[in-house]
Amino acid sequence: MAHLAIPKTYKLYIGGKFPRSESGRTYQVVSTKGEFLANAAKASRKDARDAVVAARSALGGWASATAYNRGQVLYRIAELLEGRRAQFIEELVAVDGTTAAVAAKQVDAAIDRWVWYAGWADKYVQVSGNGNPVSGPYFNLSVPEPTGVVAIVAPADPLLGFVSVVAPALVSGNTVVVIASQQAPLSAISLAEVLATSDVPGGVVNILTGSPAEIAPWLASHADVNALDLAGAESLDWIDLQISAADTLKRVLAPVAGIPQATLDRITAFTETKTVWHTKSMI
Amino acid sequence: MTIQTPVALAPAQRALAVLGGDLTERALRLHLEGLSGVDAVGLEQRAAALGTRSIKTTSKAWALDRIIELIDLTTLEGADTPGKVRSLVAKALTPDPGDPSTPRVAAVCVYGDMVPYAVSALGSAHAAGGSTGINVAAVATAFPSGRASLRVKLADTADAVASGADEIDMVIDRGAFLSGRYGQVFDDIVAVKEACRRDDGSYAHLKVILETGELNTYDNVRRASWLGILAGGDFIKTSTGKVAPAATLPVTLLMLEVVRDWHRLTGERIGVKPAGGIRASKDAIKYLVTVAETAGEEWLTPSLFRFGASSLLNDVLLQRQKLKTGHYSGPDYVTID
Amino acid sequence: MSFLEYAPAPESPSILHLKKDYGLFIDGEFVPGHGKEFATISPATEKHIATIANANEADVDTAVKAARIAYDKTWSRMSGADRGKYLFRIARLVQERSRELAVAESLDNGKPIKESRDVDIPLVAAWFFYYAGWADKLDYAGLGADPRALGVAAQVIPWNFPLLMLAWKIAPALAAGNTVVLKPAETTPLSALLFAEILQQADLPAGVVNIITGAGDTGQELVQHPDVNKVAFTGSTAVGRAIAKSVAGTGKKLTLELGGKAANIVFDDAPIDQAIEGIVNGIFFNQGHVCCAGSRLLVQENVHGEVVERLKSRLSTLRLGDPLDKNTDIGAINSREQLERIRELSDIGEAEGAQRWTAECAIPDNGFWFAPTIFDNVSTSSRIAREEIFGPVLSVLTFRTPAEAIAKANNTPYGLSAGIWSDKGSKILAVADELRAGVIWANTFNRFDPASPFGGYKESGYGREGGRHGLAAYLQTSAPARELVEGRSR
Repeated sequence: MAHLAIPKTYKLYIGGKFPRSESGRTYQVVSTKGEFLANAAKASRKDARDAVVAARSALGGWASATAYNRGQVLYRIAELLEGRRAQFIEELVAVDGTTAAVAAKQVDAAIDRWVWYAGWADKYVQVSGNGNPVSGPYFNLSVPEPTGVVAIVAPADPLLGFVSVVAPALVSGNTVVVIASQQAPLSAISLAEVLATSDVPGGVVNILTGSPAEIAPWLASHADVNALDLAGAESLDWIDLQISAADTLKRVLAPVAGIPQATLDRITAFTETKTVWHTKSMI
Repeated sequence: MTIQTPVALAPAQRALAVLGGDLTERALRLHLEGLSGVDAVGLEQRAAALGTRSIKTTSKAWALDRIIELIDLTTLEGADTPGKVRSLVAKALTPDPGDPSTPRVAAVCVYGDMVPYAVSALGSAHAAGGSTGINVAAVATAFPSGRASLRVKLADTADAVASGADEIDMVIDRGAFLSGRYGQVFDDIVAVKEACRRDDGSYAHLKVILETGELNTYDNVRRASWLGILAGGDFIKTSTGKVAPAATLPVTLLMLEVVRDWHRLTGERIGVKPAGGIRASKDAIKYLVTVAETAGEEWLTPSLFRFGASSLLNDVLLQRQKLKTGHYSGPDYVTID
Repeated sequence: MSFLEYAPAPESPSILHLKKDYGLFIDGEFVPGHGKEFATISPATEKHIATIANANEADVDTAVKAARIAYDKTWSRMSGADRGKYLFRIARLVQERSRELAVAESLDNGKPIKESRDVDIPLVAAWFFYYAGWADKLDYAGLGADPRALGVAAQVIPWNFPLLMLAWKIAPALAAGNTVVLKPAETTPLSALLFAEILQQADLPAGVVNIITGAGDTGQELVQHPDVNKVAFTGSTAVGRAIAKSVAGTGKKLTLELGGKAANIVFDDAPIDQAIEGIVNGIFFNQGHVCCAGSRLLVQENVHGEVVERLKSRLSTLRLGDPLDKNTDIGAINSREQLERIRELSDIGEAEGAQRWTAECAIPDNGFWFAPTIFDNVSTSSRIAREEIFGPVLSVLTFRTPAEAIAKANNTPYGLSAGIWSDKGSKILAVADELRAGVIWANTFNRFDPASPFGGYKESGYGREGGRHGLAAYLQTSAPARELVEGRSR
């Protein structure tokens, strides 16, 4: 007798837990060919609010973890992704209708990108920080620090696009609230399952599914969000989002066509350079 | 672990008042090490800022005269002779033969064996601690190193006082201080102070030389300043002039901060004497500004502030002549002592 | 007589050779403006200094066009080495004319001559020297291979450090290869116009730097001009916010250096005498007209009484008066408008129950003055503890533990600077780590250096000025990162 499949329920990922939307809403996720794939939670502004609270409370611990530790935790994600490679390929094939070979390339690229960023955790400070030769008896050092809570509108590309915006924000110790691709959120939620079983503390990554057009304005205007990555917001009224973000002087990255490239700038965009002066004297 | 019985320090009124009845080395150490630290960069910047003040011409005339009145005119050479000391005294009495309005210095400062010659050269101009005339100050306690037994230091002091010295400039034992034997330094000062006692029960004025160039750190200077005051010093003095660096503006500023704080705490005024290295009027004026803005203008009096100097006097005289005549003077127009 | 009768102003305005009227400096020449001209006055005497041209929309456009042409035809084609030489020339000329510039600055701004002479102008020269050397070394700035200039930079600067803010803006912009249209503040245009004369002396190619004067609307026209590629602004958070909105979606690269409400944290193990000096320097330097001023004193409860007492005694020795007097510590408030704001907020502080103490000092009859003032027992919710006063007013709050100090220090939408006073190194480093501010001064305050990046967290703005980071603000970096800079590359 054939095994009767157990469909997966895709929920939100907030504070390390998988809640349904507080609104009780869901929406149908369909493949590019229009086949029904799953019901995903349709996050509300209150879910966004809860996600920001979770991200804020996780910030202290994640930001103050040692860089080595953050790098290890992030690398561990890549290991887990590798372990679930087949599942991610299957999901991409289902969503995109692409061949398994093309999907495999995408998954491998996502894993490689995650590893690339993980390795930056204990290096980016050295590359973008400075010892400053000031003319006076002072020790003077500039180091980048995480900006804080970063809200992200993820690109449409379900996995590599998602990884390309989330990983760099995490490297320095930011915590994130990501709105997954509306059309293809399943890889993001599967990635959340990976995160939930990894050493990434709950609240460091929070994933919302649903309508970016509905949720993004709440994040852009939220006073407790420090930065806004509009990478996948090209089809939204993103200029309004940027204007709204200006109310609390959020750091904003504008939309990107396609998949953002792997760059150090994506890490440093959400860091703040702190310069410390200290008097220097032997006597 | 053993707890040693605290060794009592020699009784000293000020220390008793501040540290309480239980006057022990431990109490002294706790007090000195509990003093607020000094940030060298900030201290030196404050001193430099005070050095940029510029004063009115009328204030300058007053300042030049006051500098003379605050000078301990000094000769401290191995080659000193009675003749050299008499010459020094003559200079002290008549700094500028061409201008009788020139004030006299506060004191002449000599080695102990030269005290009798200084006293006799001064004659009736010897203030002997009084308010008019010139005092005789003697360096004592195996100056400048201080490396002798306490017995020798006390004899040195008593001898100078007996010879007529009005002021004793003692050196602290920097070795003891740097190795943390604060009690020993304290007891030494108390003993020397006692050796300053004259037969009639009065005391020669005691200046405690910290030799800040050897104490090296500003934290040490602050601690040593407190130590000198607690043990009964009437003045705290920067240097012997035999060790570089001698007096500096930051060190003097720091010591002035201590006497200011002591005054706030007790109402008592302690004197400060920068010595060595102050050669130009311009620099001396910076010290006056620093005194006025730190401890207050009331400190600008010989009983509370002195310059230990020799060549400073002639530079002040040149500046006085410039103010008076309107043109620059030259070294041939002031006398060497 | 008091010995402390210091000499009155040896610095005389007579070394200045001011013109009666100043035009706009566009394309290498002074030209008339088409807006309604205005006067710049000395805030210390309210006397007229000069009549200043006012740039209207058309003038702004002319200036931007001049900058664009200079960028396309001259500056972007010049070698980095030659750009650097022009900057070195400028630096030297600033040094040679430093006295004149210092006097002009104090006259127009009201700041004490000892500050313009010893801080502002030397830093202006240092800033040009520092960035001059970068002009032919951009490949080594760690920004990827072949970083490129952005184009035309629109720069709007405040009145608190007129020439220094000009240097912070122009030096890195030119070193990176951009051309500039700069608008100085309405109340302090003088030194920028003298600087324009220096540019003529330096033979800087016409149009590379254009200086247009006017009020807020001129600045608005400038930053909104469609042909500028970069906007740099230093000033209030309110205006910064409006600028951020106006450039949204335009792809203009933006750096903002805005307001602050810095905590100056004094622990009980602080070097006390230096801390007192640092508190004074932190809030009374430049009459408190400093965005990074240490306006909130956070003092550990067990030394609160002692610190406040020492502070009052020290403030009593501050000398308020003629900015051109070398002994003046506190100069004039820059404008009547600013004075009103300081008065208003101080009155609010008093009404909210904080204890007001003002140093006794004679206030001159004319001009705008505000005596150094301390508010003690200020609560964290008080408006004087939250709003930027931008004047010589210090709010004193207390804390009991380092954690409480950090929490209170960070409890503000601003994040520009902070001070820490302690003799314990490990505590300083740990506290510095936790403070959400762009510049932390430990056992010192209000120090600036061209090699040291400066700028804020949170609502104090973004981007850094100074150092390698300051250069990055005027460059687009290598190809993979291009999308980050331009936002809409396809």
